[in-house]
Amino acid sequence: MGTFLFNVLAIFTLVTAAGVVVNRNAVNASMCLLLSLVGVAGLFVGLQAYLLAFLLLLVYAGAIVALFLFIVMLLDTKGDARPTLHKLPIAARVLAVGLVGLGVVSFVAQGKLPEPAIGTAPAVGASLKLYAYQLFTTYLLPVQILGFLLLIAMLGVIVLSKRFDGLEDIK
Amino acid sequence: MIAPTLNAYLAVAVLLFAIGLIGVLIRRNTLVVFMCLELMLVASTLALVAFSRYNGTMDGNVFVFFILTVAAAEVAVGLAIIVALFRKRQTIQLDQLNTLKN
Repeated sequence: MGTFLFNVLAIFTLVTAAGVVVNRNAVNASMCLLLSLVGVAGLFVGLQAYLLAFLLLLVYAGAIVALFLFIVMLLDTKGDARPTLHKLPIAARVLAVGLVGLGVVSFVAQGKLPEPAIGTAPAVGASLKLYAYQLFTTYLLPVQILGFLLLIAMLGVIVLSKRFDGLEDIK
Repeated sequence: MIAPTLNAYLAVAVLLFAIGLIGVLIRRNTLVVFMCLELMLVASTLALVAFSRYNGTMDGNVFVFFILTVAAAEVAVGLAIIVALFRKRQTIQLDQLNTLKN
């Protein structure tokens, strides 16, 4: 991928991600999240990980953002209300954001890794066959555990969304 | 055609992670905090895919595969918890959910 396309996608991703943080309206924030995920999927295509880009769009943009939108509509909260200002939490937030900013600046300004040449490394992420091979040999046990995890998550969601009065009900 | 460097991809991933972290720190709406958490997860997957591509290994890509699955389960359970919380307390603003304070 050319540097120009990379720059466009990177700036698009970061600007829309900032939109998630600054938007007062939760619906607009989730729309910005969707755009940011599309940008990241574009970066994945630039890294020749086509399957992962497709899965990111399908799982994140298709399922997760839709779920977020559904819950935002369901709860219907009226944006962020103006908070009552306490000095200590405000100072803590400013300090935390400053520290995060300092970390980012020091990484971007001074972070230097030994640069592997992209021409020499094969684009293994582009081949669907390699994914299948890895998932069914080296990572067979994690795949099965993930299946159980999804089952447990489904059962947990069903239990959580059942209406019950206090802890006595589940005994 | 000049390919962007590994450092460039990592810088984007770090910035995306920092934006997500700042969102988690300063927002009070639980749903938006959760969205910012998702941004942080996506930033870490971007770093993994970049490392995988530049070193010619498969492990990072497969790991991203697993992260996507876990994120789907996490979002389902987290949103169910938020809905249950809203039914109990009628609010999802973080500064009003302070039962454990003091």
